[in-house]
Amino acid sequence: MSAGEAIVRLESIGRAFGSVVALNDVSLEVQRGEIFGIIGRSGAGKSTLIRTINGLERIDTGRVIVDGSDLSALDEAALNRVRRKIGMVFQHFNLLSMKTVFENVELPLKLAGQPRDARSTAVWQLLDMVGLRDKAGVYPAKLSGGQKQRVGIARALAGKPSLLLSDEATSALDPETTLSILQLLKELKGRLGVTIVLITHEMSVIREICDRVAVLDQGQILEQGTVWEVFGHPRTELTRRLLRGVRPPLPESLVKALHQQPVAGGRCLLRIDGSGAEHYAAALALLAADPGWQTDIVHAEVDRVGGHPVGTVTFSVRYSEDAIRNLLARAERQSIDFEVLGYVCR
Amino acid sequence: MSADDIQLFAVALGETGIMAGISGVLSLVLGLPLGVLLVITNDDGVWRRPILNRLLGTIINAFRSTPFIILLVALIPFTRLIVGTTIGTTAAIVPLAIAATPYYARVAEMSLREVDRGLLEALRALGATRWQIIREALLPEALPGLVSGFTVTLVTLIGASAMAGAVGAGGLGDLAIRYGYERFETNIMVGVIVVLIVIVSGVQIGGDLLARRLNRRL
Repeated sequence: MSAGEAIVRLESIGRAFGSVVALNDVSLEVQRGEIFGIIGRSGAGKSTLIRTINGLERIDTGRVIVDGSDLSALDEAALNRVRRKIGMVFQHFNLLSMKTVFENVELPLKLAGQPRDARSTAVWQLLDMVGLRDKAGVYPAKLSGGQKQRVGIARALAGKPSLLLSDEATSALDPETTLSILQLLKELKGRLGVTIVLITHEMSVIREICDRVAVLDQGQILEQGTVWEVFGHPRTELTRRLLRGVRPPLPESLVKALHQQPVAGGRCLLRIDGSGAEHYAAALALLAADPGWQTDIVHAEVDRVGGHPVGTVTFSVRYSEDAIRNLLARAERQSIDFEVLGYVCR
Repeated sequence: MSADDIQLFAVALGETGIMAGISGVLSLVLGLPLGVLLVITNDDGVWRRPILNRLLGTIINAFRSTPFIILLVALIPFTRLIVGTTIGTTAAIVPLAIAATPYYARVAEMSLREVDRGLLEALRALGATRWQIIREALLPEALPGLVSGFTVTLVTLIGASAMAGAVGAGGLGDLAIRYGYERFETNIMVGVIVVLIVIVSGVQIGGDLLARRLNRRL
């Protein structure tokens, strides 16, 4: 984990709506300049969590510290000043339908009391940045979803925020548009150095742009860490389930041929599920150690996440009870986590 | 129809116009802030004030449930206090405005409540003050609805102004009663109805047109 300076620090925050606990003892730190993702199913408390960061949602316990100031200690006026330095984009864009694209992007500057001339220059720059200069005079109703979100992003960045909150910004968009919006966010992060905190229910969003991730369920953080660590070694069943969409399971033909009991003269399928080049190297070295095993690779999905290889590789080795016991014992000594999937004929 | 009749119509039309027009403007000026207040003080509003909200609601309901003809009479002392007279067109404007204000407040409230809550949240996230939220999001977003609602209020006022004859305010309704009904001049009665239909249709069509022109969601 990088030792940068935290721009957001949540200290065991809690929030309940009546008897429903939305957030329970949530603590996390977001480092300056990173893209931090919070993933969870709907109803996990993600929306409540992200809204505590700009004070849209009150907390019952704990502290929210943004850029050094404790939000709960601020009065309305001071909170508004902090909010002007935090951009936010929304799932349903939340653009003002009676204002043009230009006026929507201009709004934060108008609210902050900037003079008209300065506003205009800034708005044109922002529209260029999101590629919508030619839509300046158009009303949002005439835009596509992706264009609306670009306006939303331009508006969120108008106040030159150091922090951008993204509330399911791509959930209402088709996969292709989602990708282009994620690319834009990544590009803006690089160009403006803005820190991004996003919530999503899609693992693919996390994989695409996040540096670190926290998995939220029933108002609690189940695990958090760099994306490649969490992807490579999911510690909870929920994370594994959320990951399933990103890492397809074994091909169906292979699953059909699989037996639960060893087959005489058959082969055993072993899966390694993990991340990190060393991890794979050690597994390969081990499996190649004994030619008698006749190691083969039957299925592999390895992708690079955050510069690290992450994925699953399924090997088959010639089955004999002794050989498998021997192999698994050696794997355990080297902390290589093989999972025995089953047995196939041949 | 004689020249005298035309003269009668012109005067009555002017009186109706003045009564509906001025009380209409007054109901807009007074009713819109009340409508805003009703919405923002509500439980999910940007300025939660439950007691004020309930108090306002009760007062508005009290005025709305009183039939206009009774309000007209009951308000006579108040009318004298405000305009110094209790008869004539000027005197009718006071009860008309007082009846139309709570009416428009409710109509405006409905339009304002339709505004997407996500927009208000977006404004809050941008660090907007309450007043800025009202001015930049609540009012502009509800504008087409507010215009439609005002059209309905004007039409209602044109109808209600017919009753103002009871305090000698004149107007088209009064003309129809005195000439058309009491003196059996059917052509006057029919004429009044035709003129009223034309005016009301004109106001409605004009209002609809304006509301549609203002609506950027189409």
